[in-house]
Amino acid sequence: MTTQAHKNESALLVFGCPEVPVQAAIGLYLAGRLGEGGYDVLSAGNPSVLVLLRVSDWKKRYIRRTIDLDRCIGEVAEGKRDAGLCVVFAHNDAGISYAASMRYLLPDSRLIVVVFGRNAEELAAQIEFPCEKVVEKAVHNPGKLKKGIDEVFGWRASTS
Amino acid sequence: MACIDELNPEILLRGASFAECRATVEKRCREVYYVDPGYAIFDTHIIGVPPIAVGVEDTFIVFPFTKPCYGTYLIRVPGGEEVERLRKKGKTGRKP
Repeated sequence: MTTQAHKNESALLVFGCPEVPVQAAIGLYLAGRLGEGGYDVLSAGNPSVLVLLRVSDWKKRYIRRTIDLDRCIGEVAEGKRDAGLCVVFAHNDAGISYAASMRYLLPDSRLIVVVFGRNAEELAAQIEFPCEKVVEKAVHNPGKLKKGIDEVFGWRASTS
Repeated sequence: MACIDELNPEILLRGASFAECRATVEKRCREVYYVDPGYAIFDTHIIGVPPIAVGVEDTFIVFPFTKPCYGTYLIRVPGGEEVERLRKKGKTGRKP
């Protein structure tokens, strides 16, 4: 799988609740690397997670464009917004629901579901729709999750 | 359009899974319709694993409402004109 974006290809990162620390680290990392690869990256989340990301990245080096999650879902559902790549972060049942919804709403997109947290394996077992998965019981330490991300995007050789 | 919070929703399930919500709607509601993710009820686009079960109880509708931090609630709100729209746009037939 190549991570070099086609011209004008957009990537949508769908963040969940920020209560599990690894999400912000991986989100910043992923947004930065995808942006570097030519993707136009849009980060969607609730107000808490978006403020957390903006404060962490106050120079907007990694997180550039953001959108409220509900508004984003509405725009995708109404056909006003599309993405060639969609990454959904899931550490609870709600995250799986969002991922399933994005699969339905963006049937032709590459969908990657990043499942993490203490119940990662049980949550991942609920995924019955076509997607690529990165599953790791990571809570505080994003190291193994990053390795999984690197593998799915083909970045491992350059970062390990 | 009304905001879900302004409708003073009755919470039937809290922190439920999408499967629990679907099973509860199918069990308690005599009139059940199935919608796809993104279907809008009032100003809210429904999230979930399709098919998403939405119930009608007289003038009320019962449906799952998902928020990232709080998981999924099954809520019951006055349906208003959404009931008729659901009857026209929702699919029937899955309920066992």
